[in-house]
Amino acid sequence: MNSMNTAAMPAQNVSEKVAKPVIDEKPETAVITEGSTVGQPFADDPKFKLRNVEVFYGENPAIKNISLDIGRNEVIAFIGPSGCGKSTFLRCLNRMNDSIDICRVKGSLMLDDQDIYDPKRDVVELRARVGMVFQKPNPFPKSIYDNVAYGPRIHGLANRKSDLDDIVENSLRKAGLWDEVKDRLDATATGMSGGQQQRLCIARAIAVSPEVILMDEPCSALDPIATAKVEELIAEMSESYTIVIVTHSMQQAARVSDRTAYFHLGHLVEVNDTDKVFTAPDHQLTESYITGRFG
Amino acid sequence: MTNSRTQAEIVRQSLKRRYRKERRFRLYGMTAIAVALLSLVVLFTDIIGKGYTGFIKTTMTLEVVLDGEQMYLEDPTDKDQISMADFQAPIIAALQRYFPEAQSRKDVRELSRLSGNYASNQIRDLLQAQPERLGTTQTLEFLVHDTVSVYVKHADNPAYSIRLTEQQQRWVDELVEQGVVTTSFNDVFFSRGDSREPSNAGILGAIVGSLLTMLVTLVIAFPTGVAAAVYLEEFAPQNKLTDFIEVNINNLAAVPSIIFGLLGLAVFIGVFGMPRSVPVLGGLVLALMTLPTIIISSRAAIKSVPPSIREAAEGIGASKMQVVMHHVVPLAMPGMMTGSIIGMAQALGETAPLLLIGMVAFIVEVPEGFFSSATVLPVQIYQWASSAEQGFVELASAGIMILLAFMISMNGLAIWLRKRLERRW
Repeated sequence: MNSMNTAAMPAQNVSEKVAKPVIDEKPETAVITEGSTVGQPFADDPKFKLRNVEVFYGENPAIKNISLDIGRNEVIAFIGPSGCGKSTFLRCLNRMNDSIDICRVKGSLMLDDQDIYDPKRDVVELRARVGMVFQKPNPFPKSIYDNVAYGPRIHGLANRKSDLDDIVENSLRKAGLWDEVKDRLDATATGMSGGQQQRLCIARAIAVSPEVILMDEPCSALDPIATAKVEELIAEMSESYTIVIVTHSMQQAARVSDRTAYFHLGHLVEVNDTDKVFTAPDHQLTESYITGRFG
Repeated sequence: MTNSRTQAEIVRQSLKRRYRKERRFRLYGMTAIAVALLSLVVLFTDIIGKGYTGFIKTTMTLEVVLDGEQMYLEDPTDKDQISMADFQAPIIAALQRYFPEAQSRKDVRELSRLSGNYASNQIRDLLQAQPERLGTTQTLEFLVHDTVSVYVKHADNPAYSIRLTEQQQRWVDELVEQGVVTTSFNDVFFSRGDSREPSNAGILGAIVGSLLTMLVTLVIAFPTGVAAAVYLEEFAPQNKLTDFIEVNINNLAAVPSIIFGLLGLAVFIGVFGMPRSVPVLGGLVLALMTLPTIIISSRAAIKSVPPSIREAAEGIGASKMQVVMHHVVPLAMPGMMTGSIIGMAQALGETAPLLLIGMVAFIVEVPEGFFSSATVLPVQIYQWASSAEQGFVELASAGIMILLAFMISMNGLAIWLRKRLERRW
């Protein structure tokens, strides 16, 4: 693996070394200090505990010393201008960056106090726990049924056909797609509309019962009605899953998330409750971004 | 205002030039296609014009009296007598009934040269199989001699008659008029192996040889090529070694095919001591030759699988192997198959490497298996085309038509497979 996360440094020690987040005073200038995040980057009951995370593409740093907690059953939105590193950071959470040869990850990334980047850790098991939905709907060119059943099949979650049928039905129901497709489960998935395809991808991710679902701009290729359906779905799912969503739409972040993290040029500038970020952000850059001065 | 008008003027003038350029370019394209089509038409007209007579055989139907005394044969079950007997005599006697004047030694010789070289064997085989026929009168159909066949098939062209004497020509004309000598569809061509006698030679041996060779090539080259492509594309680390391998594979695709023949000669025959002229050997050599083509096209097919599908599978927790086997390879399969079939078609038409490993031998029997001596279609065509007899030239053209038919059906299969298996995403 390319990442170098030493087990020599336990996560607790690392967190103490992090510069104390500035909470009260609003910085006057738009200067970012590396490793300093304003707001509330830490949570009481973290699902993910991420400390001093740095990501490099070759020699170029893409993520500069970010520390963040993601709470259990929380919906957290990553916002920020294009190229700010939010997708890269998201993909570190289930090691989707592994397939990029030049990508290196440093720092401590813990999922339920287990190191994500432990060289001995099985990435297959990790991804079964941390599912992912991508920007463009990417169903397999197979039937609707096979798309949802694929995950449970490869992980051996269902021994009998009837169990598999149940998983498929439940997943499709949770994704709000069951009524639309129950009569044509054998139809090819690529024949569905974009919105249906994206919800199918969500159903596919749910089918392996993950604990966390990562969503990388899940609605950027969808029309407003399909977007509304997916957002509704996120709201329903937030009861049982931890959801991390990257989005370019600030309205979407405001609608679906509990907390919002603002990224800028590889820095994590501000993390706060979503209401606060969109009404009274602590950092000037955040304010500039949400008021549309750049981005 | 004036400014914008002049600008419009400039644009209009440049438009004219642009359209002229476009028309000229289109003309170039159409000329190129016309030239290509024309040469194709010329080629096909030539081949078909020369070769269609290869699909026609000329026979003569004679009532032969199987007179034992005439043939010096008393007991057809006696091997010695069979080998000594004169089976040509009944044919000459039958012909003499049409031309009673032909009695001199020279006339008899000329008469006997009207029937094919193997006509007498037909009588021998009949008597060996059914000895009780000795002494009876049988109506038999014999293949005529190559010279007669060519003369009959090209009756309107005096250039083809020079190998018959004037007397023979008169006799043949007479026999044709009486309906003794007739032409019909050449089933011999499709049911026999090679022969020294053009009218007796067939292409079946070469077809079977080609099929056996291609089967060996396919079984070796396709799995190896696909496995190599999958490994290089999906699993191999990106380093100097893989770069070196890639450059070498691309180079191999451009190596002249005769080099592979030399390799086969040196390694398979020289080192491993494999038998010459057998389909297994030919298949091995052609597999080596086809391998780079299959690897390159398979890699291209794997590269064209959208990364989103890979990510989707990885995102659910499929292992590398599962991503490759469940998604990448099935999606790349149409491309890999098309590449392989095109590579196989290329191998089917390959002559040079096979010449070096002895598949150019004169082989009469239709091969029975992977280890019996065989020849292949292009080599058979080469052999016939380099023979002097007009009959063989016809056969060569007919053989080319068969080879082309094979290739067209293989390419058709490739297109059909691609259309059939291609999936959209």
